[in-house]
Amino acid sequence: MHHTPDLPSLLAAHALHYARNDEPIFGPVAFAVDAGEALLVRGDNGAGKTTLLRVLAGLLPADGGEILIAGRPASAEARTRAMAYLGHLPAFKADLGALENLQFLCGLHGRRPGRGLEDALARVGLAGYEDALARQLSAGQKKRLSLARMWLSPAPLWLMDEPYANLDLDGIDLVNRMVRAHLDDGGAALVTTHGAYAAPPVRTRELVLRRAQEWAT
Amino acid sequence: MTPPQPGEMAPAPASRQAELRPRPAPADLAHARQAAGAPTALGAAAALLVRDLRLLWRRRGDALQPALFALIVVVLFALALGNEPALQARVAAGVLWVAVLLSGLLALDTLFRGDAEDGSLEQWMLSPVPLAWLVAVRTFSHWATTALPLLLAAPLLAELMHLPHAQWPVLMAGLALGTPLLSLIGAVVAALTVGMRRSGILVALLALPLYVPVLVFGAGSVAADAQGLDAVGALLMLGAGLVLASVLAPLTAAAAIRISTS
Repeated sequence: MHHTPDLPSLLAAHALHYARNDEPIFGPVAFAVDAGEALLVRGDNGAGKTTLLRVLAGLLPADGGEILIAGRPASAEARTRAMAYLGHLPAFKADLGALENLQFLCGLHGRRPGRGLEDALARVGLAGYEDALARQLSAGQKKRLSLARMWLSPAPLWLMDEPYANLDLDGIDLVNRMVRAHLDDGGAALVTTHGAYAAPPVRTRELVLRRAQEWAT
Repeated sequence: MTPPQPGEMAPAPASRQAELRPRPAPADLAHARQAAGAPTALGAAAALLVRDLRLLWRRRGDALQPALFALIVVVLFALALGNEPALQARVAAGVLWVAVLLSGLLALDTLFRGDAEDGSLEQWMLSPVPLAWLVAVRTFSHWATTALPLLLAAPLLAELMHLPHAQWPVLMAGLALGTPLLSLIGAVVAALTVGMRRSGILVALLALPLYVPVLVFGAGSVAADAQGLDAVGALLMLGAGLVLASVLAPLTAAAAIRISTS
C-alpha cells in the first residue's frame, strides 16, 4: 500500500460483507481509496458490484464490517454527505426538462460552489437540450445528464455503477475526462465495470469481486 | 505479477498509473466540501414542491381525477336515492366522506410509486436531508394536489346531496382535518407496498381499517351536529389524530421505504 499512514484514506472498508437471505452476495472485502485515486471494481455479472456500491452508499445495510470516511467510522447519514451515487436508474422525471430535473436533484443533494447548471449541461455535451423533456432523451443522453448531476454534487466521492453503459465512444471518453477532472480536484471515484471498457487514465486501484458460489470452491 | 485474489486489492498496473500529483489531505478536503454546497432542509423541500407543481401542470388532466371520481360517486348516490331530499340529507355526510376516502385511496398509489420506479426514491435516500422530511413534504404536496381540489368541490357535492347549510361548517372543518390525516396514514401504507409491482388491492386492505376511525369521527361530527349535539369533540379527535400522524407517519413511512426497497 502506497499511501502514507498519517493521512487516512478518503474511503476505506474493512471486512465488509453482505448476504441476502443467508446467501452471501459479496465479501468480506477490504479496500481503501485516497483522494485523487480511482478504485476500479471489476467482476462478472452477479459478482456483487452493484450491491457493494449500494451498501457503501447506505442504500443497503451491511451485514458486517466497517466503512470509514477520512479515517472515521461513518454513519449512513454521514456517507450521504460524502458520496454521490450514479446507479442504473437515472432518477429523472420523464415530464420534466433536463434543466428542471437537474434543479430538483441539486436541491436534494446540494451544489458544488462555483459550478452552474447550464455549464454542467454544456460540459456533458447537452448544450441546447436544456428544455428537452427527459422522455425525449436517449439512454445515452440520460447517462450524460446523470454525469452532469455528479459534476454538480458537492460530494468528494463518486460511486459510479457501470458508468460506460449506453455511451458511445465519445461518451466513454467523456466519463474518463470527468473522472479525471474530479480526481484532479481532490475527489475520488469508485467505478464498477465488467472489464470491457477502458479505465480512466488516472491512478487506479483494482478490486476484483467473484461470484459467491465460486468462493466456496 | 500474480493475478488479484478475490476481495483483495491488486497493485495498480503500471500502464494505469498516471503521473503522481501532490495529494491534498483527504480529511480536510472532505470536511471543506461537506460544509460548502450542502443542501438545506428548506431548499430540498422547495425543490420537491416546485418539481411536483411542474409535474402537476404538465399532467393537469390527471390532477382532476380524484375530484372527478368523488363527484361521480356522489352523483350516482344522488340518482340512486331518487328525488327524496330528506333521505339524501340524512345520508349526505356519510356518502361524502366515503367518496372522499375512496378517491384518496385511488390516488394513494401515485404517492411514491412513480418515484420508486424511476429511481428518484433512491436519490431521496441518498440525500443528506432526512428521508422522513422528504416524505412529509411529498405527502403534503400529494395532499395539496389530490385532496385539496376535493375540499374545494365539497360545497358543490354537499349541495348535490341536499345537506342543510347549517352543517356545512362542520363538514368542511371535518374534511380539512380528516383529509391530511388520511394522506398521512396512506403514506405509511404506500411506503410499505412501494417495493411491490402490483399492490392495488393490498393497499386498500391495509389502508381501509386504518381509515375507519377517521371516517367514523368525520361523518359522526356532521351527524352529531344534525341532531343538535356537540360536534366539537369529534373534530378535536380528528385534530389530535392529525397532530399525532404529522409527527409519526413521516418517520414510519421513511422506515418502511428503507425496508421495502432493500
